[in-house]
Amino acid sequence: MMSSSFNIYRVGISFVMMCIFYKSAVDSLSELSPQKYFSTLQPGKASLAYFCQADSPRTSIFLEELNEAVKPLQDFGISVAKVNCVKEETSRYCGKEKDLMKVYLFRGNILLREFPTDTLFDVNAIIAHVLFALLFNEVKYITTLEYLQNIENSLKGKANIAFSYVRAIGTPEHRAVMEAAFVYGTTYQFVLTTEIALLESIGTEAIENAHFYFFHCKQVLDLTQQCRRTLMEQPLATLNIHRFIKTMEAPLLTEVAEDPQQVSTVHLQLGLPLVFIVSQQATHEADRRTAEWVAWRLLGKAGVLLLLRDSLEVDIPQHANVVFRRAEEGAPVEFLVLHDTELIISRVEGNTHIEEMQEDEDEDVQSPDMDIQDDEVAETVYRHRKTQLPLELTVELTEETFNATVVASDSIVLFYAGWQAVSMAFLQSYIDLAIKLKGTSTMLLTRVNCADWSDLCTKQNVTEFPVVKMYKEGKHPVSYAGMLGTEDLLKFILLNRISCPVNITSVQEAEEYLSGELYKDLIPYSSMSVLGLFSPNMTTAKEDFTKAGNYLRGCVITGIYSEEDVLILSNKYGATLPALLLARHKEGKVESVPFANSRVQDIVQIVTNALLETFPEITVENLPVYLRLQKPLLILFSDGSINPQYTKAILTLVKEKHLDSLTPCWLNLKNTPAGRGILQTYFNALPPLPLIVVVNLHSGGQVFAFPSEQAVTEQNLLLWLKKLEAGLESPIKWLHQLAFPPTIQKRSSLHILANIYCCLSCSCEPF
Amino acid sequence: MSLLAAAGLWGPPGLLLTFALHPALCLRPAPTSGPPHRDYCVLGAGPAGLQMAYFLQRAGRDYAVFERAPRPGSFFTRYPRHRKLISINKRHTGKANAEFNLRHDWNSLLSHDPRLLFRHYSSAYFPDAGDMVRYLDDFADRLGLHVLYNTTIAHVTLNKDRQAWNGHYFILTDQRGHAHRCSVLLVATGLSVPNQVDFPGSEYTEGYESVSVDPKDFEGQNVLILGRGNSAFETAENILGVTNFIHMLSRSRVRLSWATHYVGDLRAINNGLLDTYQLKSLDGLLESDLTDLAIVKDREGKFRVTLKFFLEEGNQSADAITLPQDDNDNFAMRVAYDRVIRCLGWNFDFSIFDKSLRLSSGGEFSKKYPLVKASYESKGSRGLFVLGTASHSVDYRKSAGGFIHGFRYTARAVHRLLEHRHHSVAWPSTEHPISQLTSSIVRRINEASGLYQMFGVLADVVLLKENATAFEYLEELPVQMLAQLETITGRRARHGLFVINMEYGRNFSGPDKDVFFHDRSVGHTEDAWQSNFLHPVIYYYRHLPTEQEVRFRPADWALPRPTAIHHIVEDFLTDWTAPVGHILPLRRFLENCLDTDLRSFYAESCFLFALTHQKLPPFCQQGYLRTQGLVGTESLRRHREERRFPQGYATVGRRREDGAPGPEGGPLAPGPPLLQPHDSNKEEL
Repeated sequence: MMSSSFNIYRVGISFVMMCIFYKSAVDSLSELSPQKYFSTLQPGKASLAYFCQADSPRTSIFLEELNEAVKPLQDFGISVAKVNCVKEETSRYCGKEKDLMKVYLFRGNILLREFPTDTLFDVNAIIAHVLFALLFNEVKYITTLEYLQNIENSLKGKANIAFSYVRAIGTPEHRAVMEAAFVYGTTYQFVLTTEIALLESIGTEAIENAHFYFFHCKQVLDLTQQCRRTLMEQPLATLNIHRFIKTMEAPLLTEVAEDPQQVSTVHLQLGLPLVFIVSQQATHEADRRTAEWVAWRLLGKAGVLLLLRDSLEVDIPQHANVVFRRAEEGAPVEFLVLHDTELIISRVEGNTHIEEMQEDEDEDVQSPDMDIQDDEVAETVYRHRKTQLPLELTVELTEETFNATVVASDSIVLFYAGWQAVSMAFLQSYIDLAIKLKGTSTMLLTRVNCADWSDLCTKQNVTEFPVVKMYKEGKHPVSYAGMLGTEDLLKFILLNRISCPVNITSVQEAEEYLSGELYKDLIPYSSMSVLGLFSPNMTTAKEDFTKAGNYLRGCVITGIYSEEDVLILSNKYGATLPALLLARHKEGKVESVPFANSRVQDIVQIVTNALLETFPEITVENLPVYLRLQKPLLILFSDGSINPQYTKAILTLVKEKHLDSLTPCWLNLKNTPAGRGILQTYFNALPPLPLIVVVNLHSGGQVFAFPSEQAVTEQNLLLWLKKLEAGLESPIKWLHQLAFPPTIQKRSSLHILANIYCCLSCSCEPF
Repeated sequence: MSLLAAAGLWGPPGLLLTFALHPALCLRPAPTSGPPHRDYCVLGAGPAGLQMAYFLQRAGRDYAVFERAPRPGSFFTRYPRHRKLISINKRHTGKANAEFNLRHDWNSLLSHDPRLLFRHYSSAYFPDAGDMVRYLDDFADRLGLHVLYNTTIAHVTLNKDRQAWNGHYFILTDQRGHAHRCSVLLVATGLSVPNQVDFPGSEYTEGYESVSVDPKDFEGQNVLILGRGNSAFETAENILGVTNFIHMLSRSRVRLSWATHYVGDLRAINNGLLDTYQLKSLDGLLESDLTDLAIVKDREGKFRVTLKFFLEEGNQSADAITLPQDDNDNFAMRVAYDRVIRCLGWNFDFSIFDKSLRLSSGGEFSKKYPLVKASYESKGSRGLFVLGTASHSVDYRKSAGGFIHGFRYTARAVHRLLEHRHHSVAWPSTEHPISQLTSSIVRRINEASGLYQMFGVLADVVLLKENATAFEYLEELPVQMLAQLETITGRRARHGLFVINMEYGRNFSGPDKDVFFHDRSVGHTEDAWQSNFLHPVIYYYRHLPTEQEVRFRPADWALPRPTAIHHIVEDFLTDWTAPVGHILPLRRFLENCLDTDLRSFYAESCFLFALTHQKLPPFCQQGYLRTQGLVGTESLRRHREERRFPQGYATVGRRREDGAPGPEGGPLAPGPPLLQPHDSNKEEL
């Protein structure tokens, strides 16, 4: 089974592979005559020769590829040559016709294999085939499950198996496996298949790609027992295989009694994290069992160690039962309290993506769903493309009609592009809005398709889509900056009906304004009315307020009062001038805020802060506003409206300032069905409601759940929050901290394409 | 915030510019003596000169155009001799997009005035040259371009001066002996010298520039035309029906523009003679090097073709000269010709430029053009730019730089370079969040006319900002200047860039290629790189290529080797907006280059991500989190739920190993009861 002829230089080769770069003096294809070639062959040394007619073209795709294979093959101790068959020296290897030229593999001067050039279609195929031929004994090629079982049985208690499936011989994956076999072929039995059925029968789900399994057969002593299998999760590439095998070789579980910061194992060198499971004398046996189980689960992803607390010199926090250490140098050791082994797994898996080794010249891992639309907006718009929209409800503007229209009437203009999915999705909301406003609005709803009127859009400073602008009374257009949906745009349009701020002229009118009587129909869209009070001579303050009002247009109603009798109002509401009166219509309360010396931005800030509720129902629309506070969210999930007692408990805690570091809110699953998805992510299944969680979105990403068996009372909540703060609670979940990766990884296949392109074109420069 | 930002944009720009100009005029060291000074001097009021003048005028620069004729476009008052322009005047495309329509309008110059489009001047698909003269006249007039007519610049010299922008001034002397001093010289004089090949008997030939255009003069004659370009065929076309036959002689085989995709090659509108040649109607085409030939006049005053070689043999008496047919009695040109017409093209007039300008002619293949860099600046003297037809050495036989529909864009590029070099106005760009990247590219590849006409020469560039959260979009940069991007544009390219170029399939076209071969079109995304017709190609560079890399790029490549490349599959309608065929593969390519997710999401999905992920995809970050999420209508949302979107957002590290029998995995320590196991399907959300 193990060929000895190769071992002599294999040691050297494995060194080469580890160093990756091996400087070779000759790395271009040598051209020899047949006689010369055969004289250079050394006993025991492998050599690949391409025999071709002397008058054959000097370049071809095959030669390019062969040239590229020279260096890698030399690294494996295999020489490569192009043998020119000249008339005077014929050799039986020289084919008769030009297109029948073949490539021959010799060991010494013994012919091992011959290859038609089309088998060796690229550099990967060349290397894969050559190594495959040379490692005939080390790599068993199988086609049936039965054969696999025979091998497995024969090796139980003796050796481990490296089993791989590749889609075809000669692929980059095949090359990677062969290169690994070259290094590890004497240590493990390599088994290779191209049969999908075989892969299916060992229970692999995703079978489109190549697979690499490690069968742990060596420690199996009972012949009836199956060998454990570990699947390599990274793409099949040389470095990944190497790293994977290294982790398979490392001890499954190590017991340590030193500072976790000082421990070093092969995992760290390979960029994998370490998980220490803290144990003590009393529970050692049970902990060891747990740790072993975790270790199997994390095999190939992290190193697992058992840390003996009793014999440890350094202190670790009392409650911590798991220590997590990332591979990056200088990464702090994390002490965790985890009550579920699955959490350890999720902790590691949530972090593994970063460490995935990227190989520069690796293969085209092209997924079959490359051309399946996975953009939900594009997909829904496309599926909706045949639905007729009542577009006539909005006025289509052109380069010719635009200026006249926006000057003649107050207009809302939607700038969109007919080919852009987001634009077209929003156009539907816009049409819905037109239906709602039909016949009632003084505002003209118009649209410009920038795919047609590109210059017009550029002139209006529109360079991305969609954009909504309001053209009113010949003033500068105002860009709409709210949610792209019917409701929010409707609010913007309605609130813009009145000027911002509105000029209030009498105390009587001011009172009506504050009570909500004056703009009754607008109150549903603005939960608050803001009134600025000024003495007539406060010109700068008035100007600033007017600017702020302008800025807040479409989002809240603002008014200004600066008559001589302003004191009547300021006295009534206990305000010092200049002041803001904030009338909250829902609660029927008027609050006064002095703002002497405030700049425009400060006024805007005061008003926007005042718009925030203390315990809001969180919705898709308002979440971004509350996220701006950058605090962890305390969310009460409720299926339907909230129990008033809970509201009371939380409002009390707010009042007592216990929730200052959090944003308390609640979520009604009836109004916001997306909440279900959130709960599923947190709990994996829908838990019974109501339920309280704290989500630390901005730092750490932990999710904590208030114990569901406890009653939601002020005391219990407070106690729980205290424990959270002290770090005594363990999270039920860590949120992904990774950025969103590309939807389908298509690594560096692009320049391979470019290479092909180059080679097909007349000029075949090395690329 | 948007309100405040928008405020400045609505002022009258013209007014601002005039104000800006005045201090600039005052600041310049007043030349009390010496010739009058201009910052920019443009030679020639042809299409290119006027185009440049337009940009200078709009930017409020100090410039003058010098024109020897009393009106613009004097070339077109005489040429083409048979008055038919071969640049198409396509008045209808079925689209309203003005930028797109310029792709098919080969005669208009660029301006902000829609009345100055050529379609208002002629309804003919191949318009009359007189209309071009009228158009250019109007262009100069309506836009108030500053042209000094009846001013022939007879001599141009260089005057070193440290104060000058370029270390020297250009001194232009006109026919009256008046001198003009210029900081920058823009040469748009076209190709005005008829190309003459010197061979014995060349004095018997008539030139295209002076030959009669009246077919009557050719009635019943044998005609030999030297040359095989459009002027030769145009001449032949005119007299095809009245001659006995026409023979056309040229060094190399005829190049058909529909086979080469080069508009300067023989256009189908002129190629009637090919038809009659191939149908054996006595007309014919021959290939031979003109410099080997000689023409002798026989006793009857007819012209005989022979070889120069025979002439050198001695005896010079006309009837005694050896003719090829003496040895070779079926020699093709053994008939006697009544006329020999020379249609050999044009050369640049180098004669007015002093040696000190070091304005030399281009290489072997572009002798007729002055040598310029990819930025159209002369290699010999800084500050001298060549525009218009004379600048065609940059893309001779490749793109449209020698024709109005090409050089109108290169003139704009030169103007942008100058604006940055001398006035610190950075190359115009727009900045967008990265979530707009796909859209920005799709927009340009579907409408940009400069990219389309000047394929392979001008390309758009996307400069990524730090962490690829935003980008700047620069339009129509001379792509060979890519390595010098930072110095010529004033923009920073520190975090990677994309180049958007249009290309024909590399092996598709050529004088001897069958461009109608079966399966010539490519329809599938995965074969996009084999596309034959003009299609967009996106190059991604992690770092700005160096000058070395640009110079030593593979032959036939417009750009050096990119980190990654993407071909958008060719489209029969040149409409690259198919959601799955065009946009999706482009998005995947961009995602892979930037290592991020560029999908768009409804607000509801962003909401879900916001509460379940620490980082959001750019579209949610740059839209939803800034309260600009896409809400979507009821029916769209219903579709979305049917398709169970969002898909695959939680797939990182989800795969579980199989085959490992799970041993007892208990709680590590006493605690609250365990919640559900971990391995539920996230994809199902």
